[in-house]
Amino acid sequence: MSRLRLAGALWLLLALVAGVGPLLVADPTAPTAAPLAPPSWAHPLGTTGMGQDALSWLVCGAGPTVALGVAAGLLVTALGAAVGALGGFFGGRLDDALDLLANVFLVLPGLPLMVILAAWAPPGPPAMIAAIVLTGWAWHARAIRARVASLRRREHVEASLLLGEHPLRVLGVEVLPHLRGQLGASAIGATAQAIAASVGLEYLGLGDLRAVTWGTSLYWAGNDAALITGSWWLFVPTGLAIAVTCASLVLVQTALDDQANPAAGGDPLGSTPFVPDA
Amino acid sequence: MIRLALRRLAVYAGALWAAVTLDFLLPRLMPGDPASLMFARFQGRLTPEAIDAMRLAYGLDDRPLPAQYVDFLAGLARGELGVSLSHFPSPVLEVMGQGLGWSLLLGGVATAAAFVLGTALGAWVALRRGGALDQLLPPLLVLLGAFPYFWLAMLLVWVFGVELRWAPLHHAWDPGLSPSLTPVFVLSLLRHAALPALTLVLASVGGWVLTMRSNTLAVLREEHVRYALARGLSPRRIFLHHVVRNAVLPSLTSFATALGYVVSGSLLTEMVFGWPGQGMLLLEAVRTQDFPLMQGLFLSVTVATLAANALVDLVTVILDPRLRS
Repeated sequence: MSRLRLAGALWLLLALVAGVGPLLVADPTAPTAAPLAPPSWAHPLGTTGMGQDALSWLVCGAGPTVALGVAAGLLVTALGAAVGALGGFFGGRLDDALDLLANVFLVLPGLPLMVILAAWAPPGPPAMIAAIVLTGWAWHARAIRARVASLRRREHVEASLLLGEHPLRVLGVEVLPHLRGQLGASAIGATAQAIAASVGLEYLGLGDLRAVTWGTSLYWAGNDAALITGSWWLFVPTGLAIAVTCASLVLVQTALDDQANPAAGGDPLGSTPFVPDA
Repeated sequence: MIRLALRRLAVYAGALWAAVTLDFLLPRLMPGDPASLMFARFQGRLTPEAIDAMRLAYGLDDRPLPAQYVDFLAGLARGELGVSLSHFPSPVLEVMGQGLGWSLLLGGVATAAAFVLGTALGAWVALRRGGALDQLLPPLLVLLGAFPYFWLAMLLVWVFGVELRWAPLHHAWDPGLSPSLTPVFVLSLLRHAALPALTLVLASVGGWVLTMRSNTLAVLREEHVRYALARGLSPRRIFLHHVVRNAVLPSLTSFATALGYVVSGSLLTEMVFGWPGQGMLLLEAVRTQDFPLMQGLFLSVTVATLAANALVDLVTVILDPRLRS
């Protein structure tokens, strides 16, 4: 699995930069040199419009950016999985209501809603995460619901229920473990999407502008006339860092997806030959 | 069939209700109130009576919420979206009308171009599976998708606008011109639209290629294709009539949905290029806390998205006889 090895190496590098990096570089918020200076020995990635060291910003921005993405990615998958699993497992009215709710959220326009929510709440990571989770959970709910509804009709699940096991226990022990691969892939994919969404929102000026992240880096690059002055060192490295991070996540997601994909014959319970999705 | 239609209808009604209610609640759950904000901005230019009238118009009075809600719904039913605070005293409908045209022009053309280009490429690489292009294109597109697309826009501005000076940097037409159908203005518009359109195509073409490729590969494996081959039909005819026609269906429905999103404008692209569309208006409304404009934009975008989805439902039922039984 060379894909996984490559992604693992990238994750290790990222963890190293985010964990140890901030100890080795200068304070990214301190104005130390002339503004918009091109790369030099003292400032390998040049300086910002405020005279801050751009390399410090890139290194110190890695941790908060990725942490927010992971938190939002896990939360959005967990909420979607919970709603989808409950509806798919119990069926009936509950399923009808939850499915209606998910479908309503699916047709609401995501990015405008995200922008309005992020602007309405006080800026910062909690508002950003809430906006991402609220606009993203429905996709996961629908995917998980379909899988759980088909697993629910398996013999071993029916047997556990007939034996008098508590339905929630059956759901947790007999059904959800089969979805580990799919849930893992979803969470990793959701993390990549959350990083992209948070960077976009921050670029639009809807985050905490004093925070040091990759998104605010691009926001200040846009605001401090980095484009018009041709100060490429303020946005090219940041975009590459974001792309490498997201690409490494997508690599792992597709590898996990291939493993969990029933067509590939990975999970014997994965195929759903006789269950029509109502 | 009827049950399915009723279900979809419930979804659209629910989404519309959710959007309207969100519209109603947002300014009312906000600390402070927009009318005072606006009074501060127009210090001295508005009489206290005008402020009171405006507060009433936005329902920001001391009456209980349910009563305000009923008034709000009644106002919407009459098509009243209020007056924009940031473009005072223009009505919201008028402000939105201007932004909508520019967004539709840019987004409509770019979305259609990306769909045609991407779908054709997807079908092509699926037919030549394992060929050089098929080996190269999918990973390249996945990598392209990993970049934030507004960053691609920044890169284009820097390379083609700043360094090479091939294209203008900002707005939709040259300063000094005003929108008209003169050759000078149209030329200026085209020059300004080139980079934003290229950004939108680059950002969305990958999805169309990958979807069409996998759909085409799936159809190629089906029995009716083998049967057509056995009947001795020409490969060209089989590909165009039996494969592409079936494979393009899922993409077609996504295309209708994508067209619905065009109404909301492309927030990030419009921001990078200063394109005066719906996305810029929404950002401006958010920044200046122009709640009437925010409400109007969100509502119009939701209605457009719902309409596109409903259209997709309808078209799918017409094109796919299996759903009609």
